[in-house]
Amino acid sequence: METTAEKPNGIVQLALDELETPPLSLGQLTWRRFRRHRMAIFGGVSLILIFLYSFGGALFISEAEANFTDTGNRLQAPSREHPMGTDTIGRDIMARTIYGGQISILIGITAMIVEVLLGVTIGSMAGFFGGKLDSLLMRMTEAIIVIPQIFLLLVMAKFFGGSVPNITILGRTFSGSVVIIIVIIGITSWPYLARIVRAEFLSLKENEFVLAARATGTSKREIIFRHILPNSMAPIIVAATLGVANAIAAEAYISFLGLGVRPPTATWGNMMESAYNYVESAWWLWLFPGFLISMTVLSINFLGDGLRDALDPHSRAA
Amino acid sequence: MEHNPLLEVTDLRTRFHIAEGTVYAVNGVSFRAGEGETLAVVGESGCGKSVTMMSVMRLIPIPPGEIASGQALFRQRDLFKITENEMEHVRGKEMAMIFQDPMTALNPVLTIGRQIGEALRVHLGMNDQQAQDRATDLLAQVGIPDPARRLTEYPHQFSGGMRQRAMIAMSLACAPSLLIADEPTTALDVTIQAQIIELVKRLRDELGMAIIWITHDLGVVAGLAERVNVMYSGFIVEEAVVDDIYENPLHPYTLALLEALPRVDRRRDRRLHSIPGAPPNLLVAPHGCPFAPRCERVIERCKVENPTLELVAPHHKIACWVDVTTGKPR
Repeated sequence: METTAEKPNGIVQLALDELETPPLSLGQLTWRRFRRHRMAIFGGVSLILIFLYSFGGALFISEAEANFTDTGNRLQAPSREHPMGTDTIGRDIMARTIYGGQISILIGITAMIVEVLLGVTIGSMAGFFGGKLDSLLMRMTEAIIVIPQIFLLLVMAKFFGGSVPNITILGRTFSGSVVIIIVIIGITSWPYLARIVRAEFLSLKENEFVLAARATGTSKREIIFRHILPNSMAPIIVAATLGVANAIAAEAYISFLGLGVRPPTATWGNMMESAYNYVESAWWLWLFPGFLISMTVLSINFLGDGLRDALDPHSRAA
Repeated sequence: MEHNPLLEVTDLRTRFHIAEGTVYAVNGVSFRAGEGETLAVVGESGCGKSVTMMSVMRLIPIPPGEIASGQALFRQRDLFKITENEMEHVRGKEMAMIFQDPMTALNPVLTIGRQIGEALRVHLGMNDQQAQDRATDLLAQVGIPDPARRLTEYPHQFSGGMRQRAMIAMSLACAPSLLIADEPTTALDVTIQAQIIELVKRLRDELGMAIIWITHDLGVVAGLAERVNVMYSGFIVEEAVVDDIYENPLHPYTLALLEALPRVDRRRDRRLHSIPGAPPNLLVAPHGCPFAPRCERVIERCKVENPTLELVAPHHKIACWVDVTTGKPR
């Protein structure tokens, strides 16, 4: 019940009891729901550990160590000196999983950024403007979707690979193939996101608040970026999270087939490649990078699931 | 009371081309609103009230919509001839709109302060701090206590009445000379309804703006408007000063609407009067008087020829072939 009081100047003021709403922001509600999702918490914690391992480990072991070859000590089983053993040319596997992890995570995150930029731009344009532009963009999207991603990845990796010189960022030298991999994973994975964003825009643009914003004289650009996009953040965040996992898995896949990141730059994927011939005789070659890939992808997926539930405004689990 | 002309709409025709055919939503509507004047537009749901005003603000989606003809002179400028960019400067700055359902008309992910500040930033080029300060004043002006804190909250933390107040604050941000209120009290309960009407009246008198108040409730109109346009099926069927509408209605449709109002001076056990039938199918091009099939006073001529809006008394126009006082053709 709303009670009112007439003020001397005739202005009807709302009573104070109407103010006693619990001040829970959207963020707080989301966190409440997320906390209840055990698997998501597990995913989050294990991701933090993997991050600490890859980026914190670099403080104790230098990159030179990861690339130091010692053919006299090749294919050593895990020992005190080499906790995860050595590979086919005597490099320390633990050091390589640390530096390889950095590259894999870097690829996962930047490829996701490329995916999000393309997917959100194309999806929002198609959904907001509709008509001919929508048809054009969606046919383009479908054209990419009908070709299996793996096939596209392999063809593009083969086509662009090897032609890029090494690059140096922050004093570290990467194989140029890292950039190629990021770009090709990014440009083969945006179509699904574009469809999600388009669907969101199609339904959100019919909302009365969009009409109200237009009636206030807000420009189309502002309506797209300030009114509709923030409302579709939830599915975009979820898709982006899962996009990181997919990119890491895709990198592992093409690197395993020898078309990905070129040695000596280590990634979890290309470490698996050299393990191919030693699956039975030297289990430590594939177990550690394989475990890290699976854990990362699994954890990100759990996290994504948790976010999906937590960000869904229809879920009243809290 | 005479007002200088602010908005003059002539022969507005709005159609929608949909899969089932063409919807004739507005069929040659002409009206004017003066500076500082309050005009009410009444009629049943689906009679073209909202579409008329949305057409004037160029907010109908094109396609499927189409403004087939007409002009809308706002301060001598034809709104249908200016560019979309110029129109964006009219919307929100010179002409603002409040909507029926405050539950859906506010963006759920933006704070109230941001939404009120939007027009200030867009039209007056204010920075965030200036917009914030002005928004605080506006919230106080529409009677929301503790406005500075309220600005940082989200729409879901507001009740229905408060959201409508926030909407009004939003629309008044740039002190527009015309406020279009599209059934702003329909979604609210009666007490809040009365508060909102009082608020709009007070703000109108303070700011001297004109109001076009769209409603289907003749009961709301009496204390608010100076003139009333009654719409039916995309036509204006009666146009008069507010007292004439209640005391001397001359169109059968207006009479029927008034009959349908609950009244305190009538016996309570009597059922409310309702108008038989339903508004005509707008997919069919208008032919004859659109009210003829539901009209108690229908004559042969009504079925073949649609009457035009004509002056029958001082400041009083109707579109009808029949003189309702005598029941004979005019």
